[in-house]
Amino acid sequence: MSNIPSELKYASSHEWVRNEGDGTFTVGISEHAQELLGDMVFVELPEVGDEVLAGEDCAVAESVKAASDIYAPIGGEIVAINEDLEDAPETVNNDAYGDGWLFRIKASDESELENLLDAEGYAHSIDED
Amino acid sequence: MTSKTVLHAKHLESKAKMVDFHGWEMPINYGSQIEEHNAVRTDAGMFDVSHMTIVDVKGEQAQAFLRKLVANDVAKLTVPGKALYTGMLNEQGGVIDDLIIYFFSNTDYRLVVNSATREKDLAHMAKVSADFAVAVTERPEFAMIAVQGPNAKAKTATILTADQQAAVADMKPFFGVQTGDLFIATTGYTGEDGYEIVVPNEQAADLWQQLLDAGVAPAGLGARDTLRLEAGMNLYGLDMDESVSPLAANMAWTIAWEPEDRDFIGRDVLVQQRADKSTDKLVGLVLEEKGVLRSGSKVIVDGGEGVITSGTFSPTLGFSVALARVPRSTGETAQVEMRKKLVNVKVVKPSFVRNGKSVL
Repeated sequence: MSNIPSELKYASSHEWVRNEGDGTFTVGISEHAQELLGDMVFVELPEVGDEVLAGEDCAVAESVKAASDIYAPIGGEIVAINEDLEDAPETVNNDAYGDGWLFRIKASDESELENLLDAEGYAHSIDED
Repeated sequence: MTSKTVLHAKHLESKAKMVDFHGWEMPINYGSQIEEHNAVRTDAGMFDVSHMTIVDVKGEQAQAFLRKLVANDVAKLTVPGKALYTGMLNEQGGVIDDLIIYFFSNTDYRLVVNSATREKDLAHMAKVSADFAVAVTERPEFAMIAVQGPNAKAKTATILTADQQAAVADMKPFFGVQTGDLFIATTGYTGEDGYEIVVPNEQAADLWQQLLDAGVAPAGLGARDTLRLEAGMNLYGLDMDESVSPLAANMAWTIAWEPEDRDFIGRDVLVQQRADKSTDKLVGLVLEEKGVLRSGSKVIVDGGEGVITSGTFSPTLGFSVALARVPRSTGETAQVEMRKKLVNVKVVKPSFVRNGKSVL
């Protein structure tokens, strides 16, 4: 069973969301997702300033095995991206919930958070896969 | 029901992630496929290839049988231990399998064929051998470990007996020798130096552990695939199969056209294809921007289109490479359909890395 921190929210498409407490939310992919994908070789991120809708594909995680779309778990403006991944995509494998974060969104409607899963709900959704 | 090699427990001890590979439960990686790849390119790694099928061919007409069975000519082999890479073709000139043949004498050969094609290979060999005074015997009592990398030979030497060390010390590439309980060959599927070692099943786990203790890193099928692709070596089932001529699979060099009166299976079709220049060709593709070329993608070239037969991210080069079957008219560039857009790729000879270095 992979690690699923209880303080985060999750999308069933395997993104995690961390509330930074200032109206912005950090997004990455779960430990389970990086295990499924295997060694990451490229991460394509959105640009700062992009407006994204909840559920919109806005990034790509490409591993030795497959290219996988990353969906914005909530809508809003991209206010930061993890530029370190350009040279070190393997950080997503090594520290999925920490230094392997992908981008940060300034939420346009925080009520969209309610559509996401808690850790228990996400663990349950993985079991069903 | 999947089969397990005798090294299965050793893989689990090394925390392997196991997958079903054509009916065999095999390690895909032991954590990081890229680290395993790099271990083979810069130091030494080892693969369990016990799922591959070893077949011994012995008898008065062993040479005559093999001269009929495969497209390359075993009569070229005169030095005991020398190995030959070849395709085994059907009457239509398609590749039933690719294999390595070790020569011991004109009445004694060892073949190593793929695991996924085991049943049809054995059936085909049984059929063809019926007309020859020859015994074709599968050898499931042996396991096989490939030790590959610039330090593979030196690290292996530390666990061999003095006699075995002497037997392999000056062995040139593409040779094999039986020494003590081991058959040790200077062959491989990575583009690096190293050995493929055939070992009795009951000794395989000990040999694996000794190699681990000697500092050889276990490597899985994931790394095996990126290594062979960088080396430009075909994978049966992807880069060629029964519908593909060796002329369309970068295997022309494995066809012995001379002597002209040697009637190997598939010869008539190949002679015609060669005269007509009617087959496609297998080339290498290089994508220097972001993204990974994947098998099955369409390749657009001058005057037609082709398909990627295998593609991967190349850990050694830092960008993606692929093998593709394309029309003969293909020039120096092409476009590949990738995730709904077209990307430009360079067309090169189908070989990318040898002995740890780019050959682009």
